[in-house]
Amino acid sequence: MRAQRFSLLAIVGILVFLVGVAFVNSNSPGDFGITLLSGLFQGMLLFLVASGLSIVFGLMDVLNLAQGSYFMVGAYIAYDAQHPGGVIDLMGALPDPNVRFIAAVAIAVASGALLGYMLERGLLRPLYSRPIFQLVLTFGVSLIALEGVKFIWTTTPYSWTELFGVRETFFELFGQRFSTYRLFVVAIGGVLIVAIGVLLQRTRIGIIIRAGVEDREMVQALGINVRAVFTLVFTFGCAIAAFGGAIAAPFLGASTTLGSVFLLQAISVVVLGGMGSYAGTAVGSVLVGLSIAVAQDTAIGTSFAALPSITPMLLLVLVLLVRPSGLFGNTR
Amino acid sequence: MTTLLDVREIHTFIGQFHILEGVSVSVQTGGITVLLGRNGAGKTTTLRSIMGLLAPTRGSITFDGAPIHGKRPHAIAQMGIGYVPEHRAIFKGLSVRENLQLAERQRGDYARKSAFIFELFPDLARLIELPGGNLSGGQQQMLAVARALVPDNRLLLIDEPSEGLAPVIIEQLIAAIQRLSDQVSVLLVEQNFRVASKLAQRYVIIEEGHSPISGAMPDLMRDQALVQRYLGVA
Repeated sequence: MRAQRFSLLAIVGILVFLVGVAFVNSNSPGDFGITLLSGLFQGMLLFLVASGLSIVFGLMDVLNLAQGSYFMVGAYIAYDAQHPGGVIDLMGALPDPNVRFIAAVAIAVASGALLGYMLERGLLRPLYSRPIFQLVLTFGVSLIALEGVKFIWTTTPYSWTELFGVRETFFELFGQRFSTYRLFVVAIGGVLIVAIGVLLQRTRIGIIIRAGVEDREMVQALGINVRAVFTLVFTFGCAIAAFGGAIAAPFLGASTTLGSVFLLQAISVVVLGGMGSYAGTAVGSVLVGLSIAVAQDTAIGTSFAALPSITPMLLLVLVLLVRPSGLFGNTR
Repeated sequence: MTTLLDVREIHTFIGQFHILEGVSVSVQTGGITVLLGRNGAGKTTTLRSIMGLLAPTRGSITFDGAPIHGKRPHAIAQMGIGYVPEHRAIFKGLSVRENLQLAERQRGDYARKSAFIFELFPDLARLIELPGGNLSGGQQQMLAVARALVPDNRLLLIDEPSEGLAPVIIEQLIAAIQRLSDQVSVLLVEQNFRVASKLAQRYVIIEEGHSPISGAMPDLMRDQALVQRYLGVA
């Protein structure tokens, strides 16, 4: 109970601090709003990478260092499918940009799921009793994914030009123009946080996952095929990361640095929230996302250009100094 | 009476340690068989080998005539074997109800068995929404046994149910295990000789990775020299 109260206090404290800094730095209510919205936007994208990372780690003790690559590949595939002249050409079949975007996201998610399934069944499965090998393997896969992307799409970053519905509209608040797309991503992220949470709490597969995080061996002894559950969870985690990349692409474009940047931030989210804790991942994503946005805002016009990239780590160090198992972590 | 479980001359290693050096255990259909022996003799390792959680390198295990050694734990459980491990292995973050529901092998197992389970362990009905971690040691042990009763198991492997529990709780557990043994065969590991002698009809003694002697429980209780020699109690 004391630990829970402390975590709650820490979360509120960090939030108040971040929002406070954002407020002090802002010149107008609109400016303040932009910082918060971009923080939430970043947080939701992070959640899509970190949730799979966290559940997979909790269930099977596998830290999937290729998780960021699925995000990057998702972004490239969505970009490619939306724009003319790529590998996947949908311009003729789906002239409506809105429909084409939905198809692009669907292709990215399906590819993420397929690649995730292949990685788990083909490469990870023989290495279940060798954690270090798994770490090296997933790192190797991330390098191969990176080179694969460079081979297919070259190293030139792409910025999104084929606009559609929510991507080209804006709304006005406090005399400031906000992109509807950011709000759209925040809404989707929020819905997914709740949906996955309900899935974990209410469904049989959710109960199995929560039980497996605690004691995998006992779950097997009850007659449940944990490996099959793990394949499912791993595949789902990769699909969600690819989904994150696909919906990030209209704003962030597609570039080779996406994978490593999001992986690093997602790892800090997972450690900050507490390894294997779903609530921790959700809260951690928002905190890290906000901290990055506030740092970006703070760094403008100063010589601290590196501030946004080191902020997640600073936050992580601060929390771990006080609570080594993370905000929602079990001491195990 | 037919043989339900037949463990023959199994050898099991944990890491580099040769724990079981030829253990044989036979469990008949109906009633309770107890594994007796000193600490470290290999009783828990025997149960874990049967369950597939450790892989025997030699020997054979058949359940109801079918070989089960080499199968994965979930496949062995699905054949109708319930496991109540040492230290209970209750899922602390799951409610009592979720702990029981998780053990379902077919949809509706829990609903079908809940009346019987709550008759055996009335406390659990009252605690149904509490997280497993909030239960006392005795309540956790009851939940662990109840969990093995949710699916249609034909054999329960119960490891040290009385360990660390108050005498009054042990009495309740003895009564419950006696009652459930009408419906399902039990292979019990029990250090407490008094508990073992109350419950079991047959015994197998495990000593230093071997199973030198087995037989009917009443015979063992008459033979003080044997009890003294293998168990160090009289």
